[in-house]
Amino acid sequence: MAINYLYPDFEVQRNESRCITCRVCERQCANLVHHYDAETGRMTSDESLCVNCHRCVSLCPTRALKIVKTDHVFKENANWRGEVIQDIYRQAETGGVLLASMGTPKPYPVYWDKMLINASQVTNPSIDPLREPMETTTFLGKKSTTIRRDEQGKLITDTTPQLKLAIPIMFSAMSYGSISYNAHKSLALAAEQLGTFYNTGEGGLHEDFYRHGKNTIVQVASGRFGVHPGYLNAGAAIEIKMGQGAKPGIGGHLPGSKIGQDISKTRMIPLHSDAISPAPHHDIYSIEDLRQLVYALKEATNYTKPVIVKVAAVHNISAIASGIARSGADIIAIDGFRGGTGAAPARIRDNVGIPIELALASVDERLRAEGIRNQVSLVVGGSIRSSADVIKAIALGADAIYIATSALIALGCHLCRTCHSGKCNWGIATQNPELVKRLNPEIGSEHLVNLLTAWNHEIKEMMGGMGINSIEALKGNRLMLRGIGLCDAELRILGISHAGA
Amino acid sequence: MKRVYVNEAWCLGCHLCEYYCAYANSGLTDMVKALKDKVIRPRLTIEQEGTISFAVSCRHCTEPLCMKSCIAGAISCKDGLIVIDQSKCVNCYSCIMACPYGALMPSEEQVMQKCELCATNSHGQPVCVQGCPNKAIVYEER
Amino acid sequence: MHYLIIGNSIAAAAVIEGIRSQDPEGAITVVGEERQACYARPLISYLLQGKTDEEKMRYRDQAFFDKHKVTVLCETRASHLDAGTKTVALDDGTTLTYDKLVLATGSSPFIPPMEGLGQVKHRFTFLTLDDALALQQVVKGDSRVLILGAGLIGLKCAEGLFGQVRSITVVDLAPRILASILDEKGSAQVQEHLQQKGLTFHLSDRVKEFTANEALLESGTIVGFDMLVVAVGVKPNTSLAKEAGLAVNRGIVVDTSMRTSGKDIWAAGDCAEAEELVSGQHKVLPLLCNAYLQGETAGKDMAGLTEPFNQAIAMNAISFFGLHVITAGLYEGEEKLFAEEGSYKRLFVRDNHLIGYILIGKAVERAGIYTALIRNQTALDTIDFDLISRQPALMAFAKSVRQQQLGGSV
Ligand SMILES: Cc1cc2nc3c(=O)[nH]c(=O)nc-3n(C[C@H](O)[C@H](O)[C@H](O)COP(=O)(O)OP(=O)(O)OC[C@H]3O[C@@H](n4cnc5c(N)ncnc54)[C@H](O)[C@@H]3O)c2cc1C
Ligand code: SF4
Ligand code: SF4
Repeated sequence: MAINYLYPDFEVQRNESRCITCRVCERQCANLVHHYDAETGRMTSDESLCVNCHRCVSLCPTRALKIVKTDHVFKENANWRGEVIQDIYRQAETGGVLLASMGTPKPYPVYWDKMLINASQVTNPSIDPLREPMETTTFLGKKSTTIRRDEQGKLITDTTPQLKLAIPIMFSAMSYGSISYNAHKSLALAAEQLGTFYNTGEGGLHEDFYRHGKNTIVQVASGRFGVHPGYLNAGAAIEIKMGQGAKPGIGGHLPGSKIGQDISKTRMIPLHSDAISPAPHHDIYSIEDLRQLVYALKEATNYTKPVIVKVAAVHNISAIASGIARSGADIIAIDGFRGGTGAAPARIRDNVGIPIELALASVDERLRAEGIRNQVSLVVGGSIRSSADVIKAIALGADAIYIATSALIALGCHLCRTCHSGKCNWGIATQNPELVKRLNPEIGSEHLVNLLTAWNHEIKEMMGGMGINSIEALKGNRLMLRGIGLCDAELRILGISHAGA
Repeated sequence: MKRVYVNEAWCLGCHLCEYYCAYANSGLTDMVKALKDKVIRPRLTIEQEGTISFAVSCRHCTEPLCMKSCIAGAISCKDGLIVIDQSKCVNCYSCIMACPYGALMPSEEQVMQKCELCATNSHGQPVCVQGCPNKAIVYEER
Repeated sequence: MHYLIIGNSIAAAAVIEGIRSQDPEGAITVVGEERQACYARPLISYLLQGKTDEEKMRYRDQAFFDKHKVTVLCETRASHLDAGTKTVALDDGTTLTYDKLVLATGSSPFIPPMEGLGQVKHRFTFLTLDDALALQQVVKGDSRVLILGAGLIGLKCAEGLFGQVRSITVVDLAPRILASILDEKGSAQVQEHLQQKGLTFHLSDRVKEFTANEALLESGTIVGFDMLVVAVGVKPNTSLAKEAGLAVNRGIVVDTSMRTSGKDIWAAGDCAEAEELVSGQHKVLPLLCNAYLQGETAGKDMAGLTEPFNQAIAMNAISFFGLHVITAGLYEGEEKLFAEEGSYKRLFVRDNHLIGYILIGKAVERAGIYTALIRNQTALDTIDFDLISRQPALMAFAKSVRQQQLGGSV
């Protein structure tokens, strides 16, 4: 056997004095880390297989387990760090592209954490959300630029189709295939209960979920999987996926092994064939081409549904957004480079794209400058982690935000980032029925509803603190933000002052 | 009456319920102390075959055949709850012969035991249900 | 309304519960010949063993009779039944009238004529608590006990006395023990187990003649003894029924509601003869659970709720020194055998139905699942019979059935 240069990243620590050998860890680890040794009557573990997903830790009834980072080290080197060395070993061994999942773990600046929110004192007093009404309902879609009245002087309200959100948060695209049936069901049920939307992603819509259509956004991506007139009309809005924050500029690949009966039917592709999404849409090479697709979709749905165009946050994002706003799209969704993914080449995930905070600020700024901000709503995603992030995004100019990773965490995801292995121990990013079963949508949807209900409370509280009683009044209200520890260039792009200023 | 019901679709076969049961009925307040290095004798059993699994415990029948068959009059019905007076049991297995669900089994002391919905131990509510990670067993009125 | 119950044992208790589930008011009187009211008869051997006591043995206590407003007459024998006048004469000279009557008189030991039996001083039967108490009185550490009958009662008596006496010898006419409930292999296994404990058997043999302390067997063997227990069989107590002109075979003939041929007269328990499910024949099934279910059925029917009980089958759960045996139904038809160390199982199948089983040792686990297959006459092609014959399990049923069993109302 060849020498294995890869030493396990984690150690499984079992507190022998607490282990009751119930073997739940053994039964629940799809990575086969734990074993019962009948001879000694003790549990053993092979940590080289561990992905640190915490399934065993969470289920161990006596809390006998923990997973710790190994203290095995390479000789210290700020440039040739252990992870760098290990990646080279991996590629030298396999000759392959390194695959990764979920958002980049690299220590890029998180601008959300470098912005602070304002609060009222003395004048413009703060509002107590428990005593006074506080509006978080949001409408997404084109807004008219002028106020028109009829002969009687009544307002003319013939706006184009809008999405009505009870809270300014939606679940962003995750395809059935990349996540499980039960994960989708959890999202659908939660969206329905919360009065918001979930997004099919590019994998089509399972026939069981058509009944949640009024809370569904259906996606059309470069692979056109599962797209047919019924599908387009099933949802409340249609999203054209041009790009994804975690892997801008490249397509997707769902291996044939994951294309089982149900998925093959939903995606309308042969059983066990690889599902390949091309990098570009082969019919879109210009804003004009995009406009054709936008209108083709509007035609197909009789102009009853808003069309969203989703792009990854990249260097020229403001120019791109400007083009999209002129393409006839009703909503632009921008996905930041920390956005999650079921599988992406590690180098792309970790090096391509820009942070969503900067992209959002410059897009909002540009659309305003061009006087077309009203023509589109802006939805941003790519690692929104809390209600504070939501407030900051809205103050920077977003109309609503998309969450995916936070939603998955609410469903039990522990961010072990091995989605691409298909062995998600939490039943989320897997198609193995035995694992899928672990996510009971009744529990899943309850957790999602809890999470967003809690966030909404916090949002109202922070709004109240700022003396704002409607989310509309927070939109683009950058005066409510101050930067901390940011340089002039960053402050300029974000369009905010430094704290204290 | 509230009973423990099984949602087979969500059973993971993790067997945690069995351990929580054994703990709940151990009379101890520390699970490790109660179960470490012991062969457990839970009052509910996971049946498992291939990918199917589910927990089986006393149904608290409205026509309790165990009670009607007990030669010692050791089994009785208290407001729908079927309970065993272990001091009366003589370990004859008539109840095992009668129960259509296979829900009774001998305890360590050989007298019969069965699920009593944790109403007769210090917990008051079925601990198996609390310990189930996936709502595969629920305690509710149906 | 006056309900009268003759016999105060298991069936009687069930009759009372049956009546009271429908009629909270009607007067109920129970007449019992024994000194003690309503005790768990099968526990008399456990009493000898010290595994229970008279208090714990009470099948239903005084509070039960009080709660249900039942007049209890102990040590009182019903001597005559007049179905025409609806009266029952008692041995204390009084007469009771009834509106509805249940005969729950159980059975009595059968004692065949044997030469010299009169000379045996310590001579017992083993059917009542008083029998057990009397035995206890004379048992000594050096007693040699002779038991006639290697059936359930004889062997339970042997187990009860074991360890407290010098020796126990069992004689039976049949070539093997527990012949009525076990097959040859099973009998042999249990016999082996009992012999290891120290019991001595003389099978295919009978007592030719007794002297005071010796029994001369047909085979020529002479067995010395200090105490004799006769447990060769029981006969249903049917004399009251016969006098009143009710239909009686071996037991008092009843239908599925436990009605006898006489107007307003029911019978239940060991004295009655009802249809057995598997054979379709009328049989006396002297089993506690049967006595209970029949009594309950009779009680409900008397009080106006007819719920036929037609699932009676022969079955037995019995153990000797920790070796458990459970059997049920008929031993006919095709069979499936599973025998391994410490476990013996035979299943009997006829026309796509399980009709009987013999389980010994570890195989008894969850036996009720098999019993239910017999009782409910489950068609075996609707379940995974292969699986269930290896191991009784709900897994063998269709998912929808299981959903009903574990998720539905019970
Ligand atoms: C040693 C032993 C072990 C047993 N083990 C088991 C076992 O393991 N499992 C099992 O299922 N069954 C067992 N049985 C059988 C079980 O005890 C009987 O099936 C059950 O007791 C029957 O109940 P019953 O009410 O029909 O009759 P019984 O219990 O026989 O009661 C009848 C009562 O009626 C009284 N009586 C009779 N005639 C009159 C009259 N004219 N006036 C007033 N009172 C009268 C009798 O004194 C008696 O008290 C065992 C029996 C014995 C003796
Ligand atoms: S992979 Fe997950 S379940 Fe398996 S040992 Fe590691 S942390 Fe535990
Ligand atoms: S084993 Fe105990 S509880 Fe079960 S029937 Fe016998 S005496 Fe009753």
